[in-house]
Amino acid sequence: MVLTEKGVCFQLVEADTQTKLLLTVSPCKCDTVRILIDEAQPGKARYRVSDVLTGDPQSEQLRVESQTQDFVTLSWSLAQHQVRVWHFPFRVEILKDQEVIVTFNSKGKLWFERLQDRSVLHSLFSVTLETTFKEKYDNQTKPCTDFYVLTETRGAYTLGPSSIGADLCLHGFRHAYGLPEHSDQLLDGEPYRLYNLDVFAYDLHSRLGLYGSVPLMVAHRADRTIGVFWLNASETFVNLQYLPTDPQTDVHWLSESGVIDCMVLLGPSPHQLFHQYAQLTGYQALPPFFALGYHQCRWNYDDEADVRAVDAGFDRHNIPYDVIWLDIEHTDGKRYFTWDSARFPEPAKLQRHLEKKNRKMVVISDPHIKVDADWSLYREARDGGHFVRDREGHIYQGSCWPGESSYVDFSSTATRAWYSTCFSLEKYKGSTSVLFVWNDMNEPSVFSGPEQTLPKDAVHHGGWEHRDLHNLYGFYQHMATADGLLTRSGGSERPFVLSRSFFAGSQRFGAIWTGDNVASWDHLKISIPMVLSLSLAGIVFCGADVGGFVQDPEPELLVRWYQAAALLPFFRGHSDKKTKRREPWLFGEEVTAAIRAAVQQRWYHLLPYWYTLFHYAHNSGLPPVRPLWTEFPREEHTFTEDTALCPVGGALLACPVTQPGVEEVRVLLPGSNEIWYDICSGQEYGGGQTLSLPVTLDTIPVFQRGGSVVCRSTGSGTCAADFQQLPLTLTVALNCQGRAAGELYLDDGHSFGYRVRKSRLRRFCLRSGCLRCR
Amino acid sequence: MFWYLLLLWGGISAVEVQRPRGVPLSKRPFYEENKPFTCLDGSRTIPFDRINDDYCDCQDGSDEPGTAACPNGNFHCTNAGFRPTFIPSSHVNDGICDCCDATDEYNSGAECQNTCRELWRKEKESMQKLAEIAKEGFLLKQQLIQEAKRGLEEKQTKLGEVQNSKKDLETNVEALRTAKEAAEQPEKEAKERHLKELLGGVDKVNTAAFETIWSKIREKYVSEVRTQTPSSNTDGPAPVETPQEEVREPVSDNDSEPYPDDDIPEEEDEDEDEDEDEDMDDGDYKVTGFDYILECLPIFTKSLFSSAAQKARNEFEEAERALREVDDQIRNLEKEISFDFGPSSEFAYLYSQCYELTTGEYVYRLCPFNRVSQKPKYGGSETNLGTWGKWAGPEGNVYSVMKYEQGTGCWQGPNRSTTVKLTCGKETVVTSTSEPSRCEYLMEFTSPAVCQEAPDLEVSDIHEEL
Repeated sequence: MVLTEKGVCFQLVEADTQTKLLLTVSPCKCDTVRILIDEAQPGKARYRVSDVLTGDPQSEQLRVESQTQDFVTLSWSLAQHQVRVWHFPFRVEILKDQEVIVTFNSKGKLWFERLQDRSVLHSLFSVTLETTFKEKYDNQTKPCTDFYVLTETRGAYTLGPSSIGADLCLHGFRHAYGLPEHSDQLLDGEPYRLYNLDVFAYDLHSRLGLYGSVPLMVAHRADRTIGVFWLNASETFVNLQYLPTDPQTDVHWLSESGVIDCMVLLGPSPHQLFHQYAQLTGYQALPPFFALGYHQCRWNYDDEADVRAVDAGFDRHNIPYDVIWLDIEHTDGKRYFTWDSARFPEPAKLQRHLEKKNRKMVVISDPHIKVDADWSLYREARDGGHFVRDREGHIYQGSCWPGESSYVDFSSTATRAWYSTCFSLEKYKGSTSVLFVWNDMNEPSVFSGPEQTLPKDAVHHGGWEHRDLHNLYGFYQHMATADGLLTRSGGSERPFVLSRSFFAGSQRFGAIWTGDNVASWDHLKISIPMVLSLSLAGIVFCGADVGGFVQDPEPELLVRWYQAAALLPFFRGHSDKKTKRREPWLFGEEVTAAIRAAVQQRWYHLLPYWYTLFHYAHNSGLPPVRPLWTEFPREEHTFTEDTALCPVGGALLACPVTQPGVEEVRVLLPGSNEIWYDICSGQEYGGGQTLSLPVTLDTIPVFQRGGSVVCRSTGSGTCAADFQQLPLTLTVALNCQGRAAGELYLDDGHSFGYRVRKSRLRRFCLRSGCLRCR
Repeated sequence: MFWYLLLLWGGISAVEVQRPRGVPLSKRPFYEENKPFTCLDGSRTIPFDRINDDYCDCQDGSDEPGTAACPNGNFHCTNAGFRPTFIPSSHVNDGICDCCDATDEYNSGAECQNTCRELWRKEKESMQKLAEIAKEGFLLKQQLIQEAKRGLEEKQTKLGEVQNSKKDLETNVEALRTAKEAAEQPEKEAKERHLKELLGGVDKVNTAAFETIWSKIREKYVSEVRTQTPSSNTDGPAPVETPQEEVREPVSDNDSEPYPDDDIPEEEDEDEDEDEDEDMDDGDYKVTGFDYILECLPIFTKSLFSSAAQKARNEFEEAERALREVDDQIRNLEKEISFDFGPSSEFAYLYSQCYELTTGEYVYRLCPFNRVSQKPKYGGSETNLGTWGKWAGPEGNVYSVMKYEQGTGCWQGPNRSTTVKLTCGKETVVTSTSEPSRCEYLMEFTSPAVCQEAPDLEVSDIHEEL
C-alpha cells in the first residue's frame, strides 16, 4: 500500500496466474470515489479515455483510520465517508457512518486480460484458439442466447484479447436508471449493451446499443442517490440484478479493452449527484437563444425555392420557428462543405434572406468523406493523414451516402484542428454566420462495415485500435465541429451543433437527438423516458424527431407529438425522404391551430423559463427536464413512474397525451403537501392524488407547482428573437404557506458576455402578499 | 357590417379617421375614445387606456390591435392606394416590412418604404396582361368549341358507318368459318390418326425420337395427374380418364403449372418500378402439351396440313381480324364520344395529343386523358406518373384540375399520381412540374380552353381609405 496525494495504491495479484495489477483508490472533491485498475507492468500502454473528464479530478488527501490483518480503512476530509479495502478476497467498500453503501468486486468478478505481444503469441498459439470478446462475455455471465446479432472481426487484433470487467453491489437500492441510449427503462435480466450503432427505425425495449452511450448508472432509494460512472469507450455490457428481499442491486460491467476506471458518485441528493457528475464530465453548453426555438427539418428541402416557400409558410400560418435544416441532398454529390449548384446556386443569399427574419439555417456534415481525388477537401484529408486506417496501414474505405468513403480520424488532436478550420467562412464557400451544423451518421455508420460501423481493428492516431475508442467517435466529431463554429466567430459566438452519436461529456458541445424513430404512438411514448434518461446522464439538450422520422404520422399523432415535444428541451420536426410532406399547415385548420397553439404557447411563451433552466444546467448540472423521483426523492411511488410524466424545471409538471382517441388522462400529482394549478384553467388541485383530466385535441395537461413563479413572453412573434423583445408576464402560484419564488435569467442570447457578468439573474419572491424582485 | 370606403383610382381625397393603431375602419365604432372597451368576444371590459398598451387583456387579442402583445391578434394595414389587409400580430415590429404602407414597422427601426402605389401599378399591369391573354384565349376557346362540335358530329357519322360495315363483316366471317371447317375435315382425321400412332403404338415409331419427346412432355403429363388427384380423392367425383383434349387447353392459373425454368419470365419481383407495360399475354409463353408435340415432330406434322385447308384458314383469319379492327374502331369512337371534354367539349382537342417539358434531369410528358410520364434525360426507362383518373377541380370549377392516378408504385410507398392544374393561356403548354409530396406530382398546364370571358377591369377593390 502506498499513500500519495493522488490516493492510495495497492498491488493485486491473481493467485493462479500471478498476474499483477495496480489498484488506485482516490477520493475526489465533491464526494466521488475513483477506482482505477491497470496492469502493474504493462508491455504496452492500455487505452485510457482522455478528453471526457474536464480535468484530472482533484483528489482529497487520504488518511488511515484503522488497519487489521484483513483490511485497511481510510477516510478523508470531514470523515463523512470511508473506504475499506479488503485483502482477501479482494474488495473495496465505500461506507458512510459504518453503513456500507457500495462494494466493489463483491461477487469477485474482477476480470483483466493482459495485452500480449502478438509476435511471441503467434508462435505459441493458433489464432483460431482465441475466443472473441462476446463469447467470453457469454462464458462469464449466464448464457445469453442469440443476444448478439452480429459478429466482430475474430482474432484479428494486434494485441490479442484485452477485456476487463468488475462488479459492484449497491446496498439497499432497488431502482436504477440511466445508461443511455436505449429505447427502454432500466430493468434487470438481459445485459444492456453500450456500442454506438446506426439503427434505422429502431425497435422499442431493445437492450442493444443505439447511437450513443453514457456509461453512467444512477441508483436511488428514499434517502440516497448514487451513481456509478464506468469510464470506458470500448464495447461494454452492463448486467443488472435487483434483489428485492435484501434490497440491493448488483451491477456487472464488462468492456472489451482499456482499463478499469470506475467512479462512484455518492450524492446523497439527486441534485448533488447531477452536480458531481457535471464536475467530472462538464456542464451543458449554454445554447444560443435561437437554438431553443422550434427547428424545421426534412430529408430534404429540395432547393432554394422550396426553403423559401416553407419559410414563408410558417409566416403565413402564424407559427413561429427559428431554424430551417438541410439534409444531405443540399451537397454536391454528398460532399459535405459543398452545395448542389442546381438546387442551391445562391446559398449565401438564401441565408441572408433568413437572417433578415432573424432566422438561421443548419446543414448536415457527416464524418465520411467521399473518395474523390479531384476534390480538394478529400486530398487535404488524405495528404494530411486525417483518415482512419485499416490494420495494414492503408486508408480505410467503406461505403456510405456518397459511395466509397473514408472516415475522418477525429480522435487525433491535429485532425480535429484541421476539421475545425473547414468551417471557417472563407473556406466553407456559401456559408455565413447564420449557418450552423448537424453531425449525422457519426457512430460512425459504414454501410459496408460489420454491424454497419467501422471494423474493430481499424487503426486510429497513435496506433490505437478502433475497438478501444469506438464509442468516442461521434463525441470527437461533435467536439471538432463545435470548435470549428466557435473559431469561425473568433470565439465570440456560441456554437450550435446537433449530433446523433454521443458519449459522456457530449453535453459540452451542443445538442443530441434520439435518431431515426418511427411515426407511431409507441415511439412518441418512449421519447419521453429516453429524453429523461439522457438528461439524467448529463446530456440535457436533447429531443426526438417530432412526428417520427420514418413513416407517415396520422394528423392526431402529429398534433400530440408537437404537444409533447413542446415540453422537451430540443424541439425539431424531421421526416424521412420516403414520407409525405408534413409541414404543420398541411392537415386542415384544426390541426394547424392545435400545432400553432403548442408551438406558440407551450414553447415560445415559455422561452424565458426554458432559458433560465438552461442557465441552471450550465451552472449546476441540473437538467431542465428530469425524472419525477429527482423532484420527489422520498416518495416511493415516483420511483417507478414511467408514464409521460415529466417535470419541466422545478415549477411545471407536464403530462402530455401519448395515446390516440383519448378523452381523459390520468395524472399523478405528487407531494401530499403540494398544490398544483392547471395552467390552462387555473384550477387548483391538492398533491398526492391521481387526477382524471378530460382532454380534447387541444389539451396539453401542464401543472404549475404551488410556491413557484414562472416567467413568460406572452405576446406574439415569428421567432425566438421576437419573443426576447416582448414584455414578460409572471405567473405566481402560491403554496400552502401563501408563498412563491422563482428566478429569471437574462443575457444577450448569443455571446459569451455572461462569463464576464453581462447577464442578470432576477429573483422573484412573494411573501405576505408582497412580490419582490431582486 | 363589413364595408370599405370604396373609391375609384385617383378619386376624391378622403378624410383621416381617428382610431387606435391597427384597427380597421369597419371596427372603429367598437373603439370609442375614452370609454371603457369591451373585448370583441365580450369576455371582459377594460379602461380605454389599456388598448395598445403592449399587454394582452382580451383572449381574442382585440385590445392589442396595434402591438405584438397578443398571440392571436391581427393588425390591420390600411394600405391606401392598394388593398387593405390583416397581418398576424407577430409580424408587428418584427423588422420585416409586411404592409405596403409600412405601418406595421413603427417601432422596430426597420426602414420601410410605402410601396402601395407601386404595387398597385404593377398589379394593374399584370392584370391587364392577364386580361389580354384571357381575351385572346377566350376567342381561341370559341374556335375550339366549334371544332369540337364538328369533330363530334364527324365521329358520330363515322360510328354509324362503321357499325353498318360491321354487319357485313360478321356475315362474311360466318361464311368463311363454315368453308374453313369443311376444308379442315380431312386434315383433322389425319392428325388424329398420327397422334394415336405416336402415343398409343410405341412399336410403330422411332423409339429414340419418342424418348426425346417423352422426356420433354412427361413432367407435364405427370403434373396434370398430380394436380387433379387430391381434389378428386377428397370431395370430387371419382377420377375419370383424362381425355387428350384437356391436355391441350391452355391452363389459366400459371402458378399451379410447373414450366421448364427458362420459360418463366424472370422479372416477376425485381422491377416493381417499371413492369407496367411488360405484362405478357399468357399465350406468348405458355406452351401446351400439344404444341410441344408439333414442334418436336416436324416430320409427322408436315404432311398433315393440306394447302386447301391452309388457304381457308387464312381467309377466315383475315376476315376475323378485319372484324376485330372494326370492333376496336367502334369502341374507340364510342369512348371518345362519351368522354367528358368539358361543358362545351372545349378540351376535346387535347385528346390523343402529348405535351412535353424538359427539366434539369427529366423529360415530363403529359398526354391528356391518357397518362403522365417521366423519363430521365440521359437515358433510362420511363416511369408512369399516373393514368387518366378524373376532373378534380373544386366545386364550381371542376374543369380546372386533372387527376392522373395509379402510376408506377414507389419503393415502400404509394403509387405515383399527378395533379394537373390548368390555367388560361394562349398556348397549350406544360409550364412546370414539381413533386410537392413524395410520389405526388404537380403539373402546371396552360390552355385556351380554360379561359373565361375577360373580367371587367373597372370592378376592383382598390381604395383610398386613409
